[in-house]
Formats: sequence, C-alpha cells, structure tokens
Amino acid sequence: MSLWQYANPVKFLALSARVQPVLWTLAAVFTSVGLLWGFFGTPDDARQGSTVKIIYLHVPSALMAINAWFMMLVASLIWLIRRHHVSALAAKAAAPVGLVMTLIALVTGAIWGQPMWGTWWAWDPRLTSFLILFLFYLGYIALWQAVEDPDTAADLTSVLCLVGSVFAVLSRYAVQFWNQGLHQGTSIPVATGNRSVADVFFYPLVMAMLGFGLLFLALVVYRTGTEIRLRRTSALQARMNRRA
Amino acid sequence: MPELGKYAGEVLSAYAVSLLLLAGLVIVTLWRGRAARRALEETEAEAGRRG
Repeated sequence: MSLWQYANPVKFLALSARVQPVLWTLAAVFTSVGLLWGFFGTPDDARQGSTVKIIYLHVPSALMAINAWFMMLVASLIWLIRRHHVSALAAKAAAPVGLVMTLIALVTGAIWGQPMWGTWWAWDPRLTSFLILFLFYLGYIALWQAVEDPDTAADLTSVLCLVGSVFAVLSRYAVQFWNQGLHQGTSIPVATGNRSVADVFFYPLVMAMLGFGLLFLALVVYRTGTEIRLRRTSALQARMNRRA
Repeated sequence: MPELGKYAGEVLSAYAVSLLLLAGLVIVTLWRGRAARRALEETEAEAGRRG
C-alpha cells in the first residue's frame, strides 16, 4: 500500500470519512484537558504570576502557526513536482487554520507581553518575523482567491509558499539567529532536552500542544474534503454548461 | 475559578479571544463543508437528470 494512493480524491474522501471521528474526538479531549488542566490545575509562577497560564494558548498556537506553513510547504512541493491536486488543495485548506493559529499567537503574545515586558509590541526579531508570517498567510489566501484558474492558482501559491518558508524558519529560530530582543528562547528545546519549564507546567502544556496539533489535523482533513467537493462541483457545472 | 490576582484581565482576555477564534474557525469550517457537500449532491443530481 502506498501513500500516493490518497492523491486520488475518492480514496482521500473515503479515508477522511474513516479517520475524522477519531481525529475530532482526540482533538477535543487533548485540547480540553490541556487547557482546563493548565487554567484550573496549575499554580502561579513566582515571577510571572497568573499570566503563566497564557502559555497553554501561546506556545501551542505558535507551534502550529509555524508547522502549518511547513505542512503547506511539503504539500506545495508535492504539487509542483508530482501535480497531485489533493496536495494543492490540502495546502489551500491549511492556510486559514495557520492564519488563525498565527493570530492567536500574536494576540496572546501581546496580552502576555504587556504586563511582563511593559509593552504590547516590540520590533523584536521573533515578533517581527511572526508578523511577516501572518502577512504571508493573508497574501497566500488572497492569491488563491484572486486567480481564477485553479491550477495556475496552485502554481503561484506554491511559489509564494516556498518564499514564505524563509519567514517560517525565521519565526522558529529568530532568537538563536540574532540573540537579541525581548522574546526568550525556546523553553522546550527538543534537540537538547534541557527544558526550562517545571513539570507542573510542562505536562498540561504537552497536552495542549498535542490537542492543537490534532485540531489542526482534523480541520485540515475536513477542509481538504470540502475543497475536493467544491472542485468537483465546479468541474461538473462547467461540463454541463459546455453541453447546454 | 482560580485566583488570578492582578493579572485576571490579561489571562481571561487571552483565553476569551483564543477560544472565540478557535470556535469561529471550527464553525465556519463545518458550515462551509456542509454547504459544499449539499452543492455537490445537487449538481450531481442535476448532471444525472441531464444525462
């Protein structure tokens, strides 16, 4: 069995019908447990007070904002190289989800930054690269809407996605690249394992990150199915119009 | 409700905005999905009638 069989829209829809109940259930459970545990079941931080509870929204949304773009990058590359329509539609389907995740990360960051840094916003490398990533999401969605021919739109948005990937990388590694600004480095470095978050905050945070990841997956699978159906409807209508 | 102290406004507003955005995204996604499913069914039925 090959992964490429799901480039067939019919097979993709059949698979998505099977996995969606599981995905939505897991997403609801992990997100709810993570956020409720974090909000109700964790203490205040010694320095940050109760604002530490914003971490359960800010970190998972920022993580998914960047990973959504990387998922779009992979899907765009598959479209450019192998011309599978489902991959182009999956990238299109993921963009609004990534946009909302980026917006949540920006808003919660500003709300958290005001009491901790004394400002809502600073032209810090990570904040600025995140804002640019947000603008790339807007541009990507606008480009899909602006181009009438779907294959041309998929080509152009794929190229835009490649360019925007620079800012997705910068959003992730800006602190290491420039080593300046207000934003701290990553609290949970996967590579070294030397996390600076205490267990009492870490476990609900992991639950929330898994929840946001599963929610992203559930939304993208569902939205890709929607895009496939919209494409099929347009094709049928065009065929009927030609015959009429 | 946990005691949020002097940062209650910040914490509650962060949760309110985020949950509203997530709920809005899920609702719009489901609504658009159902509309697309209905439109395809109607179009397929129409195409079937026309042969």
